[in-house]
Amino acid sequence: MGNKLRNSPRAYVVRLELADRPGELLRVLEPIASSGGNLLSIFHERGDITPRGKIPVEIDLECSQEQFESILSSYVDLDIQVTQSGEELYRGELVVLLIGDAIANDLSSVIASIDASGSVAVIESSVNRSSESPAEASSILRLAIKEGNQLQAVDSVKSIVSKYDLHFMTTTDHEVSQ
Amino acid sequence: MKLAVLGVGSVGKAVAQLSREYGHSVVALADSKSAIVDPKGVKVDDVLEQKSNRMPLGDASLEDIFNSDYEVLIEATPTTLESAEPAFSNIKAALESDRHVVLANKGPVAERFEELQSIADGSKGTLRFEATVGGSIPILSTIEDVGPRNITSVRGILNGTSNFILTRMAAKNLSYSHVLSEAQELGVAEADPTFDVGGIDTALKCVILSNVLSGGGFCLSDANVEGIQHISNYALNLADKSGLTIRLIGEATREGVNVAPMLVPKTGDLAVEGTQNIVQVTTEHGGVLNLAGAGAGGGPTASAIFLDIQRLIV
Repeated sequence: MGNKLRNSPRAYVVRLELADRPGELLRVLEPIASSGGNLLSIFHERGDITPRGKIPVEIDLECSQEQFESILSSYVDLDIQVTQSGEELYRGELVVLLIGDAIANDLSSVIASIDASGSVAVIESSVNRSSESPAEASSILRLAIKEGNQLQAVDSVKSIVSKYDLHFMTTTDHEVSQ
Repeated sequence: MKLAVLGVGSVGKAVAQLSREYGHSVVALADSKSAIVDPKGVKVDDVLEQKSNRMPLGDASLEDIFNSDYEVLIEATPTTLESAEPAFSNIKAALESDRHVVLANKGPVAERFEELQSIADGSKGTLRFEATVGGSIPILSTIEDVGPRNITSVRGILNGTSNFILTRMAAKNLSYSHVLSEAQELGVAEADPTFDVGGIDTALKCVILSNVLSGGGFCLSDANVEGIQHISNYALNLADKSGLTIRLIGEATREGVNVAPMLVPKTGDLAVEGTQNIVQVTTEHGGVLNLAGAGAGGGPTASAIFLDIQRLIV
């Protein structure tokens, strides 16, 4: 049973920080290809350079646990900085839209609370607001689900944002399939 | 069929005017103040002309209508909640004298479904209510044909007013209050828009759908309802940049009813525009059925009523 689990492919997420120079992305992908992992998507946030001048990259892949461990050790050997421990299972994504004052006044604390829940992690956020009508300020968050299924993640985020008096909305896609 | 039409709003009026075209005759007609009975057929155009001049339809009483030789009662009085009166008593009177009843009024089947079913069970008449959900869209007939047991959920956009507002806010980057006042001027929204934009109308329709799926058990107070009043054009803009838009979605299952604004793909099936409605029926074995069309208005709603009458004949 243990071996079966170790060898069956699962979805993982890895977050890295890369130096801003040609060939870096290729260097990251090479260990995935050579280990036989299946690359699902790459999110390369060029516009979101970190204070240390690095570019955050998020990679979704499918592979066995054994392959995943070998990929991570390659990154250590190659001196590639992994910011998020990839041990967690990547269970899919959630897009939510929030509306209310707290988006205009306190967005970072909203995001921190969501991240602190442990059930989801904020991958991406965008905001639209004006100083004239803070109550209409809105934000769309892309979340990675770390724990439970999509419906549980929806409930968890909903209860967090209700503390900030925010209106909550999500996509229809998971409703019927559950 | 010989029809007795109760209610002369846009729906009752359209039924009366179109009845001949569909091969039926109106033998009785009543509004909230007056009534007319004519076994040879009410002269609809003349009577409606009288009404437009603020004269009574005729000198008959509601009792005269129930004593006339009508075959189908068309209940098209305004929707009322909780007791769903006077519609409930009208339906009861007709079924107890073994006549058929076709509803446009949502109140009775949303609020008192089980009572109505048990009255209908004891009657030789049949109760049908296609026109209560989704205007011209044959949604209840589809559920009947597929079989409620073979359906896991029904969801969609069932309120043209809210959809008009959301569509126009997104297309022209206008505020909610601006578009609401436009809609009121166009007659798309009522002076008190709460019933539509607060999600109540959508919820009533979903309650009816949940009742049909599960054989009863739901009323409006069981539904989780959120409206669109707080949706800003900032939110719509942001959704747009992610390839999404916002729609007021109602969902009916055997577990209950949820109505709330949701994100849908801009180019997806659920992103119908203007006053259009769409319903997605998720079946056990047949995938998802999409049914879209005009969800309100005299003609479209009357067409659903004639569909019901046709099913009474077949």
